Amino acid sequence: MTTVLILYAALSIAAAICASWLFRRVLVRFSPGNLSEEFATAPLSACFGMLVILIYVLVAALAPLLAPYEPDHIVGGEFLPWSTMHLLGTDNLGRDMLSRLVYGARNTVSIAFLSTAIAFIAGTSLGLLAATVGGWLDQALSRFIDVIITIPGLVFSLLLLTVFGTSISILILVIAVIDSSRVFRLARAVAIDVVAMDYIEAARLRGETLWRLITREILPNATAPLVAEFGLRFCFVFLAISALSFLGVGIQPPTADWGSMVRENAALITFGDITPLLPAGCIAVLTVAVNFVVDWMLHRASGLKE
Amino acid sequence: MERLSVIIAKRLALGILTLFVISLIIFSATEMLPGDIAQTVLGQSATPDTVAAFRRELGLDQSAPTRYLNWLTGVAHGDLGMSLANRRPVSELIASRVGNTIFLSAYAAAIAVPLSLILGILSALYRNTTFDRSVNVAALAAISFPEFFVAYILVFFLAQTGYFPSMANVDANTAFGEKLYKTFLPALTLTLVVTAHMMRMTRASIINLLALPYIEMARLKGMSPLRVIVYHAVPNALAPIITVIALNLGWLIAGVVVVEVVFVYPGLGQLMVDSVSKRDLPVAQAVALLFAAAYVLLNLLADVLGMITNPGLSHPK
Repeated sequence: MTTVLILYAALSIAAAICASWLFRRVLVRFSPGNLSEEFATAPLSACFGMLVILIYVLVAALAPLLAPYEPDHIVGGEFLPWSTMHLLGTDNLGRDMLSRLVYGARNTVSIAFLSTAIAFIAGTSLGLLAATVGGWLDQALSRFIDVIITIPGLVFSLLLLTVFGTSISILILVIAVIDSSRVFRLARAVAIDVVAMDYIEAARLRGETLWRLITREILPNATAPLVAEFGLRFCFVFLAISALSFLGVGIQPPTADWGSMVRENAALITFGDITPLLPAGCIAVLTVAVNFVVDWMLHRASGLKE
Repeated sequence: MERLSVIIAKRLALGILTLFVISLIIFSATEMLPGDIAQTVLGQSATPDTVAAFRRELGLDQSAPTRYLNWLTGVAHGDLGMSLANRRPVSELIASRVGNTIFLSAYAAAIAVPLSLILGILSALYRNTTFDRSVNVAALAAISFPEFFVAYILVFFLAQTGYFPSMANVDANTAFGEKLYKTFLPALTLTLVVTAHMMRMTRASIINLLALPYIEMARLKGMSPLRVIVYHAVPNALAPIITVIALNLGWLIAGVVVVEVVFVYPGLGQLMVDSVSKRDLPVAQAVALLFAAAYVLLNLLADVLGMITNPGLSHPK
């Protein structure tokens, strides 16, 4: 059986390489001038990443069309094996596995994305503010964040969930607050370098307001590392939310979500059925894909050429 | 050496201050809840009498600073309060589990640290070869995978086929050898998760050093590449490597929570997860404080070791 699995793995890697190569051809052919050149030099890993992200977005957007059944309807017996009726079988309550996987793309990814966005807006604005204003504000914020960071993220979120209870909006906020401390550090570090430049001094002397200084002068020069950080941060948030859902304290049933799907169906693994690994695999593939794209963006931003 | 001891003393003081502030944050987490915590925990159906009794039990009739001081002196004396869920002292609940968690983390660290150092040094030595590339791809994959995915893949290949047990049900009477066997899969999962980070950072910090002139000199003398790395690069890379190891042992603390749940291992992580669904605040606070303290201590240890092993700092100009 192990040989069969290795064969499958080799086949899917080969298919992924072919698909990424084709996707790069499509991108180069159908995108306008500058962008087309960028894509032509993109490594295959980055193309694979972009292709995977595109597929996930499409699946999330078209979930009602793609899913054969409603995600929370009981449509058959419990733990049915793979068949033509239920392509990936059914789960512990008799709900269609494939439909739940498809809707999971919508729920899990959008919750992670929302959480990242909030963390990012909060962390970046505080970080830029601290770097621009400096003085006691910078000191106070930075020292406070230093302490917050020493509490392991997962443990801190478990504590906050104990206090506030487990609901989706609280989950999003808790993860956003914890992760904004990590974003703050990077945003501040990037902005400090920009603030030290002469043109900022000139802008200050011109009498520009704080708002204009941050949004028009500093932010444009800090965008490249921040965009890469957004990708990385998304991976961490996504993994954190999946871990919490897997532990049963994140996204709550009956919402179709990949982390809790692994938990609910884990018993099957000990019988040699790989179905519960599929949602976990969906999480893993998306994080790998985002990492590939971020690697390429960082490589481009740093100006390194092979 | 005078300077070094002063630096270390300062660092220790900073560590203690950090711990103090962390205790303040963890305590005030309960204060952040809008409205009455007693009402929220007991639910809407609770009678006013029960709520009042519960408030007294939590000490909510006193002011927040008084409660913080009481809690802190309690913690210092090993009294962590009573569990809300089963009315047992929190210290009793923790005492039976803390050893298990330390055992599992130490087990994983004992495999992961040497493994990642060897892999890191080898891939720095053979950088840009097929070996280096494949180790790197595997490391990137291990970083991107959720812990439970790694854990269940191991269960699928190693437990389902009967080589290792998929449940690590140990207790105080389990013999050491049997404990090692039963906790092999959880330890291996943790190893895979942290080795990737440590190995990448080891490789990066050694490669950074390899560009320096004194390494060039050593090479020009005709030294073998392995000797250059082991005798010239590693001593200078030790400080960053130790920091990375400590940071990752900190990651291990977070990873241990998920792994303990997957393998039904009676440790602190599982206790914490249980306390979330039961809204058992004293337990969650105590465990969070322990995890944070372990993390701070590891960082402190790393900083001090980094200073001691840094050749530049122990020979002041």
